[in-house]
Amino acid sequence: MSEFAIFNAHPTVAVQAESPLAISRTTVATAATPEGAGVCLRERALLGHLILRGSFADEAFRTGVEAALGVPLPQSMGRVSRDAARGVSVQWMSPDEWLVVVPPGEDYAVELRLRQALSGHYAVMQVSGAQTLLELSGPAAREVLMKSAGYDFHPRNFPVGKGISTTFAKSTAVIRRVGEAEWELIIRRSFADYLYRWLLDASEEFGIFVAR
Amino acid sequence: MLHIYCPHCDEHREEEEFRPKGEAHIARPTEPEKTSDEDWGNYLFFRKNPRGLHHEQWFHAAGCRKFFNVTRDTVTYEILETYKVGQQPAVTAESRKRQASDQGAAK
Ligand SMILES: [Zn+2]
Repeated sequence: MSEFAIFNAHPTVAVQAESPLAISRTTVATAATPEGAGVCLRERALLGHLILRGSFADEAFRTGVEAALGVPLPQSMGRVSRDAARGVSVQWMSPDEWLVVVPPGEDYAVELRLRQALSGHYAVMQVSGAQTLLELSGPAAREVLMKSAGYDFHPRNFPVGKGISTTFAKSTAVIRRVGEAEWELIIRRSFADYLYRWLLDASEEFGIFVAR
Repeated sequence: MLHIYCPHCDEHREEEEFRPKGEAHIARPTEPEKTSDEDWGNYLFFRKNPRGLHHEQWFHAAGCRKFFNVTRDTVTYEILETYKVGQQPAVTAESRKRQASDQGAAK
């Protein structure tokens, strides 16, 4: 026999073997009702998402946006303007960029309103198909966020109303705190399946209810 | 893990959110057609690699996706300041030398 270093890939010790597709099978036990669940997860599918670009210092741009959307344009990182009754939110994304989220089917009308109200150096991009919004709520929702991202989710650093963009589960996510124990995650379409399964897995220990 | 202050987000964030993007303050020759091959080559390919104080560009990849500048000590990894593109650093080799000689004089 030649001098090769070989080993038995199937040791007799009790190690659970896993197929490469193990994670694709949903093995997470979900709760039948939200009562007693530490985490409640719900997708808000098919909302209208628009990226708006322009200069905050340009008064015509600012007043045009505010007239078209009916909420103030946030000036700095962390700020999210929201009209909960109309389901409209505007989040600061970068010094010249905002994310506008509107109810399903309203994105075209909102884009037209913005284009009618604005002129000069600005851009409106329709990104509804590129991302989706997840609601994460419940007493353990913050624990799940803490497990998944390096950002400081302590209430001192993350008050209700704040919104950020950060690394999340080796991907990225926009994270907004809507209420005491209510959060929104906006994730990219290409990562949606992975992040959804990540959230199921990370929430399992607290008891998770998936709302449809 | 570095804790980096983004001057656009106005907040410290984890290093994981950023990407280093090399030496800062490299001016593109204003008249490329009149620039010698050697000067153009230096502009395009040659970068400083100092031991100690360095002015670098960083990119806030997972946050605001803006570039900004960092003054960093390449020996200790200490970040001495961050500032926006277009601004000049407050901490330089000269300012540090001045500080050291002022301290020496005070003793
Ligand atoms: Zn930033």
